[in-house]
Formats: sequence, structure tokens, C-alpha cells
Amino acid sequence: MKFFENSTVFNYSWEQVAQGFWRRYPNPHSKHVLSEDTISREVKSGKLITKRILSKTNNIPKWAKKFINTTYVYIIEESIVDPKNKSLVTYTRNLGFTKVMSVTEKVVYKQSEENPSKTVVSRYAWIDSQVKGFSRAICAFGYERFKKNANVMIGGFNYVLQNMYPHQNVIHSVTSTTANKIKDAAKNASELAKSKAAPIYASLHPNQS
Amino acid sequence: MDSIGAACHELKKQYDDCFNLWFSEHFLRGRTNDSMCASLFKTYQDCVKKAMKEQNLDLDEVKKDLLGTSQEKKPPQKS
Repeated sequence: MKFFENSTVFNYSWEQVAQGFWRRYPNPHSKHVLSEDTISREVKSGKLITKRILSKTNNIPKWAKKFINTTYVYIIEESIVDPKNKSLVTYTRNLGFTKVMSVTEKVVYKQSEENPSKTVVSRYAWIDSQVKGFSRAICAFGYERFKKNANVMIGGFNYVLQNMYPHQNVIHSVTSTTANKIKDAAKNASELAKSKAAPIYASLHPNQS
Repeated sequence: MDSIGAACHELKKQYDDCFNLWFSEHFLRGRTNDSMCASLFKTYQDCVKKAMKEQNLDLDEVKKDLLGTSQEKKPPQKS
């Protein structure tokens, strides 16, 4: 299992980010996202609790089709909006094929303590695989890919926010505080295995471009 | 953004528009009564549930709630 962590500051208030969250798709960085549906929603103790299902294209090479024989991949996204504490938490996982690769992502959007007109975004991701002989390589690849694309994911959201609130500045800063906890010592994963893992990973995560 | 079911696109759009308005004008202003979009949501849900069945999704897996439960993954302890 590989763990990824980083944090970003959005130059938008928490209220703006929370409204933008529901309008995040489509954006130019999410062309592979095909559908997005709310499948449950309720207000509980003043908090909005939502579950959505997203589908995306599953563009994989021939060899991978013995693991994943399907046209689409589905993603489940749970979220809790707490307007009193100005916090939005999302928790996302792929549906099915979790033995090949499971990507679980938690994102916390909170009003900045230093500047109430900004929002701090903390992202955590757990990447796991149970494919015999390939799990280390898939996890190592998934981790590197996630790290590389963290800014791209933010870019898509920022694009939507810029369109909704055109008179504000763009993204303020990105700080990478990658806490790299590696249970599998995956350092020696072969380049070949990595290149094979790439399409699987790409097909299982909705926010990658 | 499209719906999972082609038949649900328009219902989804109507519901999403209502929801976005409710979220901005009501929920974020402390008014948590969510009856405003309830009937649109119901019609849209009937359509989506049907579409999900047609896609042969693992509905038990879909129903699982993890966020805020003991099953939620936690960041590793910082040493």
C-alpha cells in the first residue's frame, strides 16, 4: 500500500469552493469523465450528506483486459458538507476491480485559519493492489502518477472556480508535503511493470487527466 | 454533465439546477429544509436507479458508506 498526501490553498472562500464542488464536471481536465449522478442525499444534524456515482472511460491495453474486461469504470464519491464549521470532506473509491488496483482518496476543504477568503485543500490517497507479482509495481506507479497529477486535478477545479468567479485571482500556491509511507518496499519495481500498470491506474481514477 | 442513463439526462439537469440554487441560497445560509427539490430528486432517482440496475453494478458495494465510519481509511501515524 502507498500513501500520498499534499495540501493546496485556493484563492476562493470556502462558500465559493463548496458551490464549485458540485459544478466541477465537465472541465477541460476531465474529458474522460462520462457521467455523474447523485444517488443519495440527506441533511443530517445540519450537514449535507451526499453519495454520487461517476463513470469514466476505461482505455486499457489488450493484456490488461484479462483483469478488467469492461468498457467503463465506476467511482463512488461520498461527501459531507458542514456549513457551520466550513468544512467539506469527500471520500472517493473505485467500484469493482479493487484487487487489481484500489484508489481511495479523501479530500478536506476547510476555510483557511489565516485568511477567511481562502480555502485550504488537504488531499490524502491510498493506493493498493493485490495482483500477484505486480502489486508493488502497480502501487509504485500509482503513487508516482498521483503525485505528478495532483496539480492537474486542482487545475480542473480551479478552472471551474475561475469561470464561476472571474474577478478573483487564480491559484495561490501548492505545497507538497508528501508523507511517503511505504509498506511494500517498492523501490525496485521494474520499468516494464510500471508501464503496464499505467493504463490500469489511469482507468481507475476519475480525476486524472 | 451527463447521467449514467441516457433517459435521465434531462431529469438530472433539472434536479442539479434546483440543487445548486438550493445549496447556494438556502443551505449555505443556514436554511436546511430540503423540500425545495424533493419531487425533482424523486423522479430523477427513479430513473437513475433503473439505469444502475441495467448497468449490472454491484449495488451492495455502491450502498456501502465508508466516510465517517470506522471503515474509513486513516492517514498513517506521523513518526
